Amino acid sequence: MIEFKNIKKSFGDKVVLNDVSHTVETGKCNLIIGTSGSGKTVLQKCLVGLFEPDSGQIIYDGVDFTDMDEDGRKNLRQQIGMLFQGSALFDSMTVEQNVMFPLDMFSKMNNAEKKERVNEVLKKVNLVDAHKKFPAEISGGMKKRVGIARAIVLNPKYLFCDEPNSGLDPQTSMLIDKLIHQITKEFNMTTVINTHDMNSVMEIGENILYMYEGQKEWVGNNEEIIFSKSEKLNNFIFASKFLQDAKDMRMLEAKGIIADDRNMDEMLKNGNEIK
Amino acid sequence: MDFFTHFGRYLLMIKGMFSRPENFKMYWKEFMHQCNDIGIGSLGIVSIISVFIGAVSAVQTAYQLVSPIIPAETIATIVRDTVILEFAPTLVCIVLAGVIGSKIASELGNMRVSEQIDALEIMGINTKAYLVMPKIAAALLTIPLLVIISMVLGIWGGRLAGVASGILSTATFDRGLIMDFIPYNVIFALIKSYTFAFIISSIPAYYGYYVKGGALEIGRSSTKSVVVSCIMLLFADYVLTQLLLTH
Repeated sequence: MIEFKNIKKSFGDKVVLNDVSHTVETGKCNLIIGTSGSGKTVLQKCLVGLFEPDSGQIIYDGVDFTDMDEDGRKNLRQQIGMLFQGSALFDSMTVEQNVMFPLDMFSKMNNAEKKERVNEVLKKVNLVDAHKKFPAEISGGMKKRVGIARAIVLNPKYLFCDEPNSGLDPQTSMLIDKLIHQITKEFNMTTVINTHDMNSVMEIGENILYMYEGQKEWVGNNEEIIFSKSEKLNNFIFASKFLQDAKDMRMLEAKGIIADDRNMDEMLKNGNEIK
Repeated sequence: MDFFTHFGRYLLMIKGMFSRPENFKMYWKEFMHQCNDIGIGSLGIVSIISVFIGAVSAVQTAYQLVSPIIPAETIATIVRDTVILEFAPTLVCIVLAGVIGSKIASELGNMRVSEQIDALEIMGINTKAYLVMPKIAAALLTIPLLVIISMVLGIWGGRLAGVASGILSTATFDRGLIMDFIPYNVIFALIKSYTFAFIISSIPAYYGYYVKGGALEIGRSSTKSVVVSCIMLLFADYVLTQLLLTH
């Protein structure tokens, strides 16, 4: 579990995070959502220590991260895996070397054990024949999967993903979501995902924090988000007519008015009844 | 950002490099990789430059020494001293500032922009120690060696050009080469090359490590790092000459 309390962060005069508090739960996919510039990436970078918050506390399973010395942070970071927006793979290394890098640096395994572990995680992310390829030779979706493999190779307790679906087609995007969800459950990780992908919100959002202009605006899960009364959240999540219709359908389903989409057209014509 | 902010951050970067390695073997591997890139990678250009500057200095010295009362051996002596004192350490290091400096700045800049440095930080690695230290250490090891090679090749180039153009014979050149030789000059050249090696590796590392933005900024910081390195190198050259060669 990660708790963060009253996090404030400014860059010059610009306040990016204003008194944000939230609890990230273990074994769940915790999503931080919000429009571009709402402060979600800065919040995530504060959580992993890439930015220092101006004030506030970040507590990892009872241990205050903001109060730790450099050595303590280095030790804790070995329990953190992170998938970056652009994957952040090392260009000069092959896929295998990228995934093996944390093992080379921190484990006492011999070469054969390391190779076995690399094969195991690459198999888990469905990349069995890309070992010898360089990052420049693989697709965006594959890069994300290599990034996930590298992030989980040391069996971390905490997994952070910064916009894991950015630049991916919907199908690959869903695969990545499923993969992150599966890994979270399998290893009982504390997973924090920054996203503005609505499919991710609906599919894997078990604990969602919605940020608006640097502040916490709404907290809930993917079931509750449908019924949210927050206008800002609704404008953000259900921005298109298509998504608005999907929301209406979900509400009808939830209220037991329809069991499937056969009478959807008819029901949608009568918007008042839905509300 | 003013000079003092840059200088303060530069000093903090240097201070941050000194920490216990997370894995000595990996640091060693990176150091050897940098030795190969900086040392072996620059050997070709250093060799070519050295032979030609030696050759040109021999021909030009002969052209200027028109008096018959000056012995021909003097040409070899002048070639030797200019190559050892100035051409090998300073000119070669200015060229290396361009070759190595832009490589270091753009490599680190690209790693910063593509979040590879952040990825290493998240793993719990001291990136200043892992990325910057091996580059500076490799430069400190290989650049003085390149300067020594440059001295030898420069003098050989002068000998070759002198003999080929009929200015002086090999025997005359060799006599001039050992005439009034001051071994301290070599030590002075090595002191300069160590200082220049530190300058041309640490300044580009600073500019690359702290780059912000995208591809355009990487290019800008790379160019800036070479310009600043060259200026600092020439300034250090003057200060060291003033301190160590004046009585």
